[in-house]
Amino acid sequence: MSLVQSVDNVALLPAYLAAGTAVLVLLADLLVARAAATVAVAAAGAAATALGAALVGTGAARRTFCVGADCSYVFGGRAALVGALFALLTLGVLALSGPLLRAGRTPAGEYCFLLACSMTGGVVLGAAGDLITLIVALETLTLPLYVLVGLRRGSLAGAEAAVTFFVVSVVATTLTLLGAALLYAVTGGLHLGRLGATLAERPALLDVPLTTAAVALVVLGLAFKVAAVPFHAWAPATYDGAPLPVAAYLSTASKLGGVVALLAVVEHALPPATTGPVLALLAVLTMTVGNLVALRQRRTVRLLAWSSVAQAGYILAPLGALALAAGRAGDVRATAYAAAVAYAVFFVLLELAAFAAVVALRPADADGGTLDDLRGAARRRPWVGAAFALALTGLAGLPPGLAGLFAKVTVVRALLDGGAGWLALVVAVNAVFGLAYYLRLAALLYAPAGTAPAPDGDRPGQRAPARAVAVTLAVATVVAVAVGLAPQLVLDLAGR
Amino acid sequence: MRFGQVLLGAVLALPAAGAALVAAVPRDRAARLVGTVVAGLTLLAALPLAAGGRGWMAYGPPPAVRPWHQLDLPWVPGLDLRFHVGVDGISYPLVVLTALLTLLCCAYTLWKVPDGGGSGRALVALLLVVEVGILGTFLALDLVLFFLFFEVVLLPMYAIIAGWGGADRRRAARKFVLYTLLGSVLLLVGVYVVVAAAGTADIVALTGGSGLSRGTQLAAFILLGLAFAVKSPLWPLHSWLPDAHTQAPTVGSVVLAGVLLKMGTYGLIRVAVGVAPEGARWAAPVLGALAVAAILVGALVCLAQEELKRLIAYSSVGHMGFVLLGVATLTATGIEAALIGNIAHGVITGLLFFLAGAVKDRTGTGSLAELSGLRETAPRLAGLLGFAAVASLGLPGLAGFWGEAFAVVAAVERGGTFWTVLGVLAAVGGALTAAYFLRLLRRVTHGRPSPAVGRLAPGLAGAELTAWAPLVLLALAVGLAPALVLGVASDPVAALLEAAR
Repeated sequence: MSLVQSVDNVALLPAYLAAGTAVLVLLADLLVARAAATVAVAAAGAAATALGAALVGTGAARRTFCVGADCSYVFGGRAALVGALFALLTLGVLALSGPLLRAGRTPAGEYCFLLACSMTGGVVLGAAGDLITLIVALETLTLPLYVLVGLRRGSLAGAEAAVTFFVVSVVATTLTLLGAALLYAVTGGLHLGRLGATLAERPALLDVPLTTAAVALVVLGLAFKVAAVPFHAWAPATYDGAPLPVAAYLSTASKLGGVVALLAVVEHALPPATTGPVLALLAVLTMTVGNLVALRQRRTVRLLAWSSVAQAGYILAPLGALALAAGRAGDVRATAYAAAVAYAVFFVLLELAAFAAVVALRPADADGGTLDDLRGAARRRPWVGAAFALALTGLAGLPPGLAGLFAKVTVVRALLDGGAGWLALVVAVNAVFGLAYYLRLAALLYAPAGTAPAPDGDRPGQRAPARAVAVTLAVATVVAVAVGLAPQLVLDLAGR
Repeated sequence: MRFGQVLLGAVLALPAAGAALVAAVPRDRAARLVGTVVAGLTLLAALPLAAGGRGWMAYGPPPAVRPWHQLDLPWVPGLDLRFHVGVDGISYPLVVLTALLTLLCCAYTLWKVPDGGGSGRALVALLLVVEVGILGTFLALDLVLFFLFFEVVLLPMYAIIAGWGGADRRRAARKFVLYTLLGSVLLLVGVYVVVAAAGTADIVALTGGSGLSRGTQLAAFILLGLAFAVKSPLWPLHSWLPDAHTQAPTVGSVVLAGVLLKMGTYGLIRVAVGVAPEGARWAAPVLGALAVAAILVGALVCLAQEELKRLIAYSSVGHMGFVLLGVATLTATGIEAALIGNIAHGVITGLLFFLAGAVKDRTGTGSLAELSGLRETAPRLAGLLGFAAVASLGLPGLAGFWGEAFAVVAAVERGGTFWTVLGVLAAVGGALTAAYFLRLLRRVTHGRPSPAVGRLAPGLAGAELTAWAPLVLLALAVGLAPALVLGVASDPVAALLEAAR
């Protein structure tokens, strides 16, 4: 066997582009030293990455870093979708960051560099073919976020949030790593496909307690990353302490990263009979607890954070169908994975729109504030308010937010195809809880303004939202409406 | 594309486009006028749907649903969702009623925008969106599409109640939307229980329950039945209705009682009984017993009710009880009674809510204790209220009679002690209905004028007469010639029961 591997550079192109973006941003910050130029370079790089991922993804799946049949880097349809999504979300978050960076408490160069690094992790994550690549990619995605959360100078909340996030996340990574090591000890493999094949061929391995422990550790470690209950406690505190655009990134891109990693191990590596019941339980707990606690929130970002905990439950729900034998048949399994991906795509789109609207409605450099700060906002800014309300109805899964409705329908359909009617009922009843608080927020937007004076910078006509923020909101809304009318586009992409 | 298909498309597209147009027109009154014109055009597009296409020309046994016109376009193959709409004798009267009531409500809004802070323009736009949802529900021939339209109604109706309602409107609106959302998510699960088992969502192919196992049918009927029972509403799932009605603005109440509740009973007949007949037979005694309980409870609550709109709302619970009793018998007589009861209730209760709204707007109170002697100061209003109340209590010759009488007849005809007892109890409920409506009339129209009533002017506005006259005429017409409804409905009902046997 030759020691020199042939490397498929085309497959790696999106990763090169993403990493190159980070380097260029650093150089731009060093050489040009103007915030606008740095942001422009980052944005152009993100756009190029999205384009690259999409272009490479149109062909057949490309594999590289292979040992025999096992490859550490597989760039197929799913990887292309994930890569492009990450790049686009990064682009969106960059656009939302304009007011934050202009306010001057956050250094633009570092901010953009860290965001680009995180994007690189996300792009590689989708293509990861073995556990080590997967965990390293996930850490590349998460590490910059510790800093981003606390980057605002003089913000105590930000520092606290960063420390919480850091501690919890490191523990989670350790758990996953330990699980990966144990899996290696049991099977002698690290490639996802090889692990899956070994465990399927030698069912005796499943009876070894070590295997169960290993599988549990990997799944639970990743559950931290998606903020699934009971590993969710870091999320609301971290989101609320982070600057708004970073919170948007955490609840979209970072959450997507966790979902993608979890899907990869569940789909290819781990025995579904073991993971199914765990995931079903996680899904039920996550959506129920997330929704119930969200009902009591008084701060906007905390409400969105708890709601995104609940949404993670809906994403995990189709995987819960694996708990039943009927849900493990080949076709049905594929449907469940596709449903989880589809839901995640619909969700990040709507969540980005919701955060963009919050950024647009809040003063520059402010945090999310309380719900009452948004009272009557739709009367002052009808378009932003309407877009916000649309995103919220979508998250609640009701028309006119058709994208969210179809997302819920996809999940329920996948569950019933897998015979998990009880889980479908749990999802359905949770949708009712969900509507209660989304509706409260949406109704507040249209409520007559109270007697309290409007918060600073939020008086009518005083401040129009930054153009980039408005454009992001408009694009996210238009795309959400479009995929709401033609959900087959997303379903096709998710099923590849 | 044939003419009928163009009409079907227009019936849904016109109000949808109209709502967008109304929202885009800057001037309030002009926008309301545009909305009214669009609602009128929708009615004009709905009326000729009855023309042509009655015969069924195809080889093989005819399907249980034979739409006069249908439009079938692919939409989301990944979710088994097709844009498949069609109209037949079961849905046609409801479609026309929906278009008519929306037109009347828009016209009424042209004259008077309810207080509450919202603009009349937004109210008309929301009414049109609600119309799209209701019409789509009645026209859908695809289960998933049916669910989709079922959901479309929720938030606009919430906004109508929360934006233009009475003092306690937010709580009532929340209760309405959460309660009925619970119904529609059960519908979602029920729909996919059927779709996952049958591999298709086509109502035409699914009607008769062929290909579904008994277990699937029972599960599906429980879920679908619960979903429609919340919407109809069936006692004891009715508690959202009185609050929503009491707080909703007049036009909201009219649409809510007139056609929105019918989505539940229509769904029960078309979807639940049609797709899961085995489950329907299994659950029929429970459904029948609950329906009779609804009749009796509704009537008894009404006898003790002190608020005008709340009384009419509870009377809806009773009337929908008759409709559900008709459905529960699963006989041709019963289902035809349910269909005509649906239409009659829509017309009469729509009228009653218009009148109650007029009384409340004029006197500023809905409390029966503060209303009396209406016929002394406002004889026309009192006369119309008397007419509507008498029609609602089921006087022969008016629309309310047929549905209630034949629901009882169907229950007795069904035979057996159980159904006979149900029939007798329902008849007692009918008598109680007469009692509370007569009590209402005695309290409100007779006696010496109370201070609130004493300062009323006798006249009625032209807009009010325009909005009410069609309903008065329809109550008379359906009462004198029930064949208007039954003529078109009898064939589809026979086909439905034939397939469900």
